[in-house]
Amino acid sequence: MTRFLAWLALIFGCVFFILPLVGMGEFSLKMRRGVYSFDAYRKVFEDPTFWATFGYSLVLAAATIVVGVLLVVPTAYWVRLRLPKARPYVEFVTLLPLVIPAIVVVFGYIRLFNTSSILPLTGTAFGTDFLLTMGYTTLALPYMYRSVDTGLRTIDVATLTEAAQSLGAGWLTILARIILPNVMVAVLSGAFLTLAIVMGEFTMAALLNRPAFGPYMQLLGANRAYEPPALAVIAFAITWGCMGLMQLVTRLAKHERAKA
Amino acid sequence: MARTRQGLIQRLPLNWLGLVPFAVFALLFLILPTLKIVIGAFQGPEGGFTFQNMLDLNTASIRSAYWTSIKLSVITALLGGTVGFAMAAAVVFGGLPKAVRGPLLTFSGVASNFAGVPLAFAFIATLGPVGLVTIWLKTNFGINLRAMGWNLLSFWGLVVTYLFFQIPLMILIITPALDGLKKEWREAAAVLGATGAQYWRMVALPILFPSLLGTFALLFANAFGAVATAFALTGPQLNIVPIKLFAQIRGDVLGNPNLGYALAFGMILITAAANTLYIWLRVRAERWLK
Repeated sequence: MTRFLAWLALIFGCVFFILPLVGMGEFSLKMRRGVYSFDAYRKVFEDPTFWATFGYSLVLAAATIVVGVLLVVPTAYWVRLRLPKARPYVEFVTLLPLVIPAIVVVFGYIRLFNTSSILPLTGTAFGTDFLLTMGYTTLALPYMYRSVDTGLRTIDVATLTEAAQSLGAGWLTILARIILPNVMVAVLSGAFLTLAIVMGEFTMAALLNRPAFGPYMQLLGANRAYEPPALAVIAFAITWGCMGLMQLVTRLAKHERAKA
Repeated sequence: MARTRQGLIQRLPLNWLGLVPFAVFALLFLILPTLKIVIGAFQGPEGGFTFQNMLDLNTASIRSAYWTSIKLSVITALLGGTVGFAMAAAVVFGGLPKAVRGPLLTFSGVASNFAGVPLAFAFIATLGPVGLVTIWLKTNFGINLRAMGWNLLSFWGLVVTYLFFQIPLMILIITPALDGLKKEWREAAAVLGATGAQYWRMVALPILFPSLLGTFALLFANAFGAVATAFALTGPQLNIVPIKLFAQIRGDVLGNPNLGYALAFGMILITAAANTLYIWLRVRAERWLK
């Protein structure tokens, strides 16, 4: 009886999850009347705006990952090593982006960094890109911090630091050559999650008026019939790829550790 | 002389310096922007302190936006929570093959991140007017969903779409909690003569209760703050708070910038309350799950 109900719940859930995926897959192939074809995908790939926005979001994702790593790794390391008392406060701040909706944060940006403020970031394209990168960094912060902090828990930070210092290493060397390689798996899994978040993000980019992939998808969705599901398939593949890579690095790391 | 100076540097508490970059970042790009909104919510057009914006929120349109948003978030959190719990319980206790668990959790990780614009496209292609399921039901069974009152671009359409990321999020969060239920508790209950239902009612559910309620709060906040899915699905028509705020930021549709701040402040209050509940309950829940 229990087993029957268990199967029922699982099958119901799977049907609910699989149908939209099949739906978007099937619809994206229906552009040519009567036969299945990849016309919708060809249309998408022929569109220069697709490549421009895709590339833009990819560059921003890379920038977000770099900023996130530079911000999170030293902070998490320092808190573990020297300031365990600050831990609850830092953790609280890293959780704030889950509490404050992204739309509110970006609303604040627009009002705080507008052209008539002390720091008129929204005045130039580069300034706005910078602002968007910072916004994405806040979105990724909860996941990045938790991932790196968990990674740091598995290594003996204090001993490693003392050993490096006794060999004459400075702080930069310690961070770059001792700490970072040791938490690489955590950093990578945080990075892939960041990539997945940034590639699909819509609200911040749309409100800051930047040509990112999310607003492009929305605009196409409002005007076309067959390209949007093709984009959805592409976006799903990206998300799936990011999660797959996350699992892969974690598994590889376990394997390495088992060998060592 | 040099010695004393070095001694001084060592004695000065300089450890906090390591937190400066993080603090500056958080202040500039997280805390100050939020404060700007909060303060603006209590400022009049001339800048003086006022409660007028809060009072002005009390119009039929804004009230209905908050009400619809809260209803949407509660319903998707309850439905998503129930289905997600059933699926997680099925995998943990249901005697399903062990091979099911890994793929389900991986898929949940993907699906809970597959929100926003593409998710809306996927549902339009499936349950929209010419979607896969709609057409299939019509041609094979003569069931006309539209005639039966189904419309994807409506409140209930949004509910069904949101479930696609609410259910997996529930599965991801509740599975570790279910794993934490010790076999010994069940055996102890059985030895004392409890039936399966009694075990669930008197042992398992009370232990799980903080986790369940906490996850509910998280799902609520997750749905309440979502913009992209709703916007891509229904455009600017549907009257929910995030969409209203989106339109306000783009073009001051309320005709009063400070009212926009008040609208955003209301959102912060609600998601903050839900998340505080979640964090507090998670701390309580972890007492049992060590």
